[in-house]
Amino acid sequence: MAAVAVNEIRKTFGGVNAVNGISLEARDGEFMVLLGPSGCGKTTLLRIIAGLEKPTSGQVLIDGQVVNELPPRGRGIAMVFQSYGLYPHLTVWKNIAFPLRTQGTATDEIKRKVEWAARLLGIDHLAQRRPRELSGGERQRVALARALVRDPTVFLLDEPLSNLDAKLRASARSELKQFQRTVRTATIYVTHDQVEAMGMGDRIAVIDHGKLRQVGTPSEIYEHPADEFVATFLGTPPMNLIEREGGSMGFRPENFLPKELLNGAPVIELPFRVDRVEYLGSEHILYGELEGRAAKREVTAKLPAHATLNGISPGAWHAFAVRETELRYFDPEGRRTQRP
Amino acid sequence: MTAIAIEAPRPKSRFLLDRPELVGPLFIAPAILYIFVLVALPFFLALYYSVSAFTIFDPNYQFVGLNNFIDVIDSNIFRRTLINTFIFTIGAQIIGLLLGKFAAMLLMQEFPGRGIARALVVLPWAVPVSLATLAWLWMFDSLYSVINWTFVALGLMDPAHRWQWLGQQDLAMIAVTVVHAWRLFPFGVVIFIAGFTSVPKDILDAATVDGAGFWRRNYQIILPIIAPIIVIALIFGTVFTFTDLSVVYLLTKGGPINGTHVLGSLAFQVGILSGDVAHGAAICLFLFPFLLVAVVFLLRVLRRREI
Repeated sequence: MAAVAVNEIRKTFGGVNAVNGISLEARDGEFMVLLGPSGCGKTTLLRIIAGLEKPTSGQVLIDGQVVNELPPRGRGIAMVFQSYGLYPHLTVWKNIAFPLRTQGTATDEIKRKVEWAARLLGIDHLAQRRPRELSGGERQRVALARALVRDPTVFLLDEPLSNLDAKLRASARSELKQFQRTVRTATIYVTHDQVEAMGMGDRIAVIDHGKLRQVGTPSEIYEHPADEFVATFLGTPPMNLIEREGGSMGFRPENFLPKELLNGAPVIELPFRVDRVEYLGSEHILYGELEGRAAKREVTAKLPAHATLNGISPGAWHAFAVRETELRYFDPEGRRTQRP
Repeated sequence: MTAIAIEAPRPKSRFLLDRPELVGPLFIAPAILYIFVLVALPFFLALYYSVSAFTIFDPNYQFVGLNNFIDVIDSNIFRRTLINTFIFTIGAQIIGLLLGKFAAMLLMQEFPGRGIARALVVLPWAVPVSLATLAWLWMFDSLYSVINWTFVALGLMDPAHRWQWLGQQDLAMIAVTVVHAWRLFPFGVVIFIAGFTSVPKDILDAATVDGAGFWRRNYQIILPIIAPIIVIALIFGTVFTFTDLSVVYLLTKGGPINGTHVLGSLAFQVGILSGDVAHGAAICLFLFPFLLVAVVFLLRVLRRREI
């Protein structure tokens, strides 16, 4: 069953459509990621689900109930904010207890729940500290614990990892995913970071300019992008797009390889002039141009570092190719089509 | 090589201003001079006069110990003045800051004409106190008082027994306190608006999601977070009010029958107008221990509360 569903949600801010008719649902226990560039409306959609913004039109359903007219506290949601929104004047313990106190929960029940949440997130030893005495990672856990004690139907997370440094972010990512598996609560997670989306999401909803572009598992989104936007938004470097009659054709840089590495399968040959090579430790990124083909941007190829770069030198033409099964076709409007 | 050696000891004078140990004292000197000449010197002069028998009629220094202070405490007028000063200070703070908070909350809302409303609120600050008090004088006038007129029109006051706002001690005390609160009000508004704006939106949203309603959000989240700012406002307002004499002097001149004097106005009357500098100084310095204790206490609270 759907824990959360939104139906044709629109939100207009002074004539601008921040959210432009999005329908989406997250199932029980599912980790749903809303992914999109800055200003695409994903945070607005999350705030509408939370009840912090009123939609201009459309319905929000939580646990099968239309909650449009309910205040945030009546919706069975819990939210973690980008800068966590911890109460600076309260201790960690009181921060976590706050949502229970507003509900008038009995004192011993508050104690039991706060202790349970703090232990689950490994912050029980910080109970008497204030937020300013915590590290970024610890603050994030306090915010999670505060969300957890409310027994929500759904967690709403608004870029909770963006304030952590890169190293911490990687470990926080897997901890957060682990945490969600443990509590099995439906989660809607907003991010602009495709690594977070791919690594954590059960399903990803790609949003651009207030519109839903595609919903699917990470591999569906990556392997079978619904349109050119999704194809080029995901992947570093993004999918190569080259013009063809009646639209365009795309392939991922890691599938664009020297022809001799692709023995056997039917391929399309694309002579490639390498302009420069970047060495990134685990791989090489090759930048260049295709012979006789107009590309929408610089064409890239990604070669594993252990693959030999024998004979590949900047300025020269090389025989590169893509397996036919790895080619994706788009119509002139940028939508995916099956065959050329 | 020789050429380089000769060029090395070039005049360094043009880098003198790059040296903080020289420039620092230079820049801070005016401030220190200012404090010394305009704060420390008058303060010690007052201390000096307060233990002397100095009057403008007999300007000879004669040490009299604490006699001036004892005289002052023995005076009924002074004791009444001391009580008045506390009523005046505390009353004006409470009214000014409470109304300030209320107005700030209203002015935080979006509504057409908000910019004009915000500008109007600050007006009491911009009007010279003498002019503003003149307007209040008219409002409290025994014959033409708009306040009385309004009460009569509403049927709340007997037209035969109109209140004499500045003619009865208790009413006059209320009048001066209200006018001073009116002067403090813009300060309160500005401080509270600054405070409200400084609370991060994420925290307010989190409180809303956590189920805090209007009152809980205001008194358990916003107020504790902006408490340090309010304490500063309180210190400033208290010191400002404790040492102020303009409203009392302009509105009632301390009357009726010395019933609305505050320490500042009494000291001015005794020390300057009557020429008894020694007793005037003693009255003035009475403020000092109170202010010192209050400021130290509030600053300690502030440091403990620091977030």
